[in-house]
Amino acid sequence: MSGAVATELSGWGRTMPTVARLVDAHSETQISELIKDADSRGVLARGLGRSYGDAAQSGGATVIDMTTMTGFRLDADNMSVTADAGASIDEILRQIVPRGFFVPVSAGTRIITVGGAIAGDIHGKNHHRDGSFGAHVTELALIDGLGVMHNLTPKDPRFWATVGGMGLTGVIVSATFTVIPIQSSYITVDTERGKDLDAVMSSMLERDHEYRYTVAWIDSVSASGRGVITRGDHSTAQQCNDDKIKNPRSYDPKKIATAPGLVPKGALNKWTVQAFNEGWFRKHPSLRVGEQQKISAFFHPLDGVQEWNRIYGPQGFLQYQFQVPDSAGNLVEIALGKLREIGAPSFLTVLKRFGPGNQAPLSFPQSGWTLAADLPAGVPGLGRTLDQLDDLISAEGGRLYLAKDSRQSPTNFARTYPRLEEWREIRDTMDPNHVFASDLSRRLEI
Amino acid sequence: MLDALGEPQSVLVFGGTSEIALATIKEMPRHRLRRVLLAGRPSESLDAAVAELRDLNITGVEAIEFDAKNTESHGAIIDGVFDGSDIDVVILAFGLLGDQMTAEEDPSHAVEVATVNYTGSVSAGLHVARRLKNQGHGALVVLSSVAGDRARRSNYVYGSTKAGLDAFAQGLDAALAGTGAHVLIVRPGFVRTRMTSHLPEAPMTTNPEDVAKIIVAALKKGKSTVYAPGPLRFVMAGLKTLPKSVFRKLPS
Repeated sequence: MSGAVATELSGWGRTMPTVARLVDAHSETQISELIKDADSRGVLARGLGRSYGDAAQSGGATVIDMTTMTGFRLDADNMSVTADAGASIDEILRQIVPRGFFVPVSAGTRIITVGGAIAGDIHGKNHHRDGSFGAHVTELALIDGLGVMHNLTPKDPRFWATVGGMGLTGVIVSATFTVIPIQSSYITVDTERGKDLDAVMSSMLERDHEYRYTVAWIDSVSASGRGVITRGDHSTAQQCNDDKIKNPRSYDPKKIATAPGLVPKGALNKWTVQAFNEGWFRKHPSLRVGEQQKISAFFHPLDGVQEWNRIYGPQGFLQYQFQVPDSAGNLVEIALGKLREIGAPSFLTVLKRFGPGNQAPLSFPQSGWTLAADLPAGVPGLGRTLDQLDDLISAEGGRLYLAKDSRQSPTNFARTYPRLEEWREIRDTMDPNHVFASDLSRRLEI
Repeated sequence: MLDALGEPQSVLVFGGTSEIALATIKEMPRHRLRRVLLAGRPSESLDAAVAELRDLNITGVEAIEFDAKNTESHGAIIDGVFDGSDIDVVILAFGLLGDQMTAEEDPSHAVEVATVNYTGSVSAGLHVARRLKNQGHGALVVLSSVAGDRARRSNYVYGSTKAGLDAFAQGLDAALAGTGAHVLIVRPGFVRTRMTSHLPEAPMTTNPEDVAKIIVAALKKGKSTVYAPGPLRFVMAGLKTLPKSVFRKLPS
């Protein structure tokens, strides 16, 4: 196959790499040909590789690098952006923020593609009121398993099978999504420290609905489960003026640093994380109201450090993100406790409230709580502990996020995504020969 | 597929009754396993091995008919397995110890040991490597032996087959570089198994379970060669450099 290069691919967690034939995307015709020519290992589209696990890799398959097709345009009148699937949210923000628009949903990183945002049905700090990314997509163009192009709208079940479908219904080539008007590139942020997990969770239950964006960072090392809640909304021109901000719409986030390439094994351990967490907690005042933060500092603090995933060393890391209904909110405390017991250090532990889910059969968010913790893969006993947590979570109707998952079992997946069969039926009409496959789809027997 | 912690879902064993291979499977997290295939000549002991693993609540345990000497059949058998699903770990575990004295009196016995241990492994190993390369991931575990490190009077026929197999496996690992697949060569010393039960134990003797732990740990770390027990590496390095006159005087 022309232009294919045997390439080792892994997710952002840098665990379990496999080798695939990587091909740059050039055109819809070429993608369609690649699909028609696929052998039994199949085809998969890959974006910027920010999924933590094995969603964007496929051993032995033809993996299409979509980041070579990056066009997009803003339709200011209709408040929408139409973009190639490979266009990055980073590039889009650089164009639209100075013109007074923002993406409807922003993940913890802006280094993701539009295609990936749809395939993972990503969520952000505003899920409790705005839902996930898929809810804001008005149309998408997809090449199916027979190499045929379709324009899909939210009226079509195939649209919803593609949202959260992890790239297994076809190759998304472009999409149109709505954008929201903003008056500045600043967020007015209120910060509140909670002395323990109870304080953090009750405050979130009580006050999250008052803000567009909210999230809590939890000190996973402290037995109290203390944390820092940050909440905010886009600053108005008036607020920026009051705070004497000179160029309220300027937006030019820079990379401040690159994480070192060689990190000794164990550099990130219980003690270094404890020290970091102590400092991070104390850095925040117990209460601060109306602080002006740049969009990039509020939404994407880690994007300032390039390749920060390397700090976990050669064994890599995983992110465990689960969701449980409000009735099982105690699982947040149980999970933190179990991870602390085995000494799994996590400096990035994030708690968030979800609003209702959407129509997509495989979309992750559902009303309740979601906790995400970054964990080094080398921690002894980690596998067993996470398996126990999987059981507790699935028993309460909760589940794991496929864009983060790298280790759950196929039985746990099938049990926790009850609409899997419905999704499979739609997928079979779109990809009857199961051309689309990833290491994730093989591991979970999707 | 391996998960983020390096735990396998599927294992294929050639020499399905091998105590080391079975102990290796038991050493893996059992509830993660979805498909375990034990390949060997149909026998009561192969059925017993399947039953033993099923009794441990391991899912997807099946026996597969495989004869190391019938190399013509290897390709189709291995394709059949890999067409079913990816295999994360393949263990080449069959082998005959043979009897050195019998072999010297009746070379056809030596030929049989060589055919099974070397020819059979080369054939199965190459077919497996082709499929691992095709799937872009996976490990081939080759059970070699310290007997191949330096030939000894008392078992040089067996030792030579392992020396050949070991060299083959080293080259195969080099050939697989960049494909996502790799080879793990395991060089155990004396292991207490059925194969050695009639022999006097040597220093640094281990049990199959000890070797299994070493194999599972080495797979997770992506190592290319391991000795069992580990310190044998240094013993063998020493033995290999001993002058012939001294080496031959060592007790066999």
